[in-house]
Amino acid sequence: MSWAGPATAARVLRQLRRDPRTVALLLVVPCVLVALLKYLFVDKPEVFDRIGGPLLGLFPFIAMFVVTSITMLRERVTGTLERLMTLPLTRFDLVAGYGAAFALAAAVQATLVSLVAFLLLGLDTAGPPWLIAMLAVGNAVLGSTLGLFSSAFARTEFQAVQFMPAFVLPQLLLCGLFVPREEMARLLELVSYALPLTYAYDALERVALETSYDWRLALDVAVIVGTTALALVLGAATLRRRTP
Amino acid sequence: MTDGRAVEVDRLRVVRGGRDALAGVTLDVRRGKVTGLLGPSGSGKSTLMRAIVGTQVVESGSVLVLGSPAGTPSLRRRVAYTTQSPAVYDDLTVRENLDYFARLLRAPRANAGEALELVGLGADVGRVVGRLSGGQRSRVSLATALVGRPDLLVLDEPTVGLDPVLRRDLWQAFARLADGGATLLVSSHVMDEAERCDELLLLHQGRLLARGTTGELLARTGAEGMDEAFLRLIDSGDEA
Repeated sequence: MSWAGPATAARVLRQLRRDPRTVALLLVVPCVLVALLKYLFVDKPEVFDRIGGPLLGLFPFIAMFVVTSITMLRERVTGTLERLMTLPLTRFDLVAGYGAAFALAAAVQATLVSLVAFLLLGLDTAGPPWLIAMLAVGNAVLGSTLGLFSSAFARTEFQAVQFMPAFVLPQLLLCGLFVPREEMARLLELVSYALPLTYAYDALERVALETSYDWRLALDVAVIVGTTALALVLGAATLRRRTP
Repeated sequence: MTDGRAVEVDRLRVVRGGRDALAGVTLDVRRGKVTGLLGPSGSGKSTLMRAIVGTQVVESGSVLVLGSPAGTPSLRRRVAYTTQSPAVYDDLTVRENLDYFARLLRAPRANAGEALELVGLGADVGRVVGRLSGGQRSRVSLATALVGRPDLLVLDEPTVGLDPVLRRDLWQAFARLADGGATLLVSSHVMDEAERCDELLLLHQGRLLARGTTGELLARTGAEGMDEAFLRLIDSGDEA
């Protein structure tokens, strides 16, 4: 990445800072949701301990997916993207700059929601809280790179918002959170293997419930990192210098 | 390319939405001059500009810019382009917009101040672009194009929505840039801006209708003003 990548990351963060309401929503909403979960299961703390960890690791994925896809779409529709394509900036600079900016935002968000969950709400997981927090950051970065990629298929902000239920909800339903994957119909189970959120959830669940980890956690992390890299490459490929 | 031509377009054909946006256009733009690209909306002005800056998919023909094919990476530092609607970040300040474009172009920060003075926005550096008027926003867009001190400026209707005083100031600024050695290609659909240009290219329905100075075109058509000259050229089917 050349100087243009960091310059782009700094610019995206400045834009985000100019919009305090979005920042507040990004930071506060996941915390409120985790608190809601806590009081939903106030009489069953073991349920909160079992699903609280995985969920706090998934909220940043969803939030970052939406924010990134809309920010990138705006770049396309306001004409700034066409303008940037005439400047000395590679497509990868642009996508990586976006990825880095939202990774930083995601790190702040995931850290905050983890602090709230573990310190304020007394979440108790078998594995270490820092590992949950790390996975949450990783998932957030994955969410933002998938958002970047998916924005290429939207023409309007309405469409981009609809990609959330279209891209994210099926993954959430099939990831094993609602029904253990081995209890699903065989076809759905097979489909779930192809969805990145399955691995994100699997990793979080392992850390929430177990104290020692084997290659399967390593595989989950490898899939998260690999999908993030793939989404970045595909996202860069959807940018066109020349358009009809 | 030392023959004094900054842009050479040869039999350029561009198809947009199933019809010819440019139907075989051949023209050139002279170095160090302000060339006006005039024509009604839909005549192909923006398409031609996009082809010159290398963002337009072209069907056939060639476009040479400063001696290299349009869109060549080495041109990205030497050619600046502003789109018809201002392409700037509304949620950043004027200064932050300029800084970003300056950093992409690796231009010294001092250029930003100079560019803002040139477009008359020196006093507004700290204001958020989204809160500026339409005319101010388009001038921010123009300043971001100037910040890299390009050799060729391709400006798509930069004076739209500006009051007469600002328009005069900008045209004077364009002339100064050309005196400094830059080449400017400026589009407009306002014919009375034609006299500000060293040379004119008249586009009509994707074809080059005529070229020359204001004086030449008026003399050739016997018209009193550029609007009338343009209409007479269309009626006579006069080829360049």
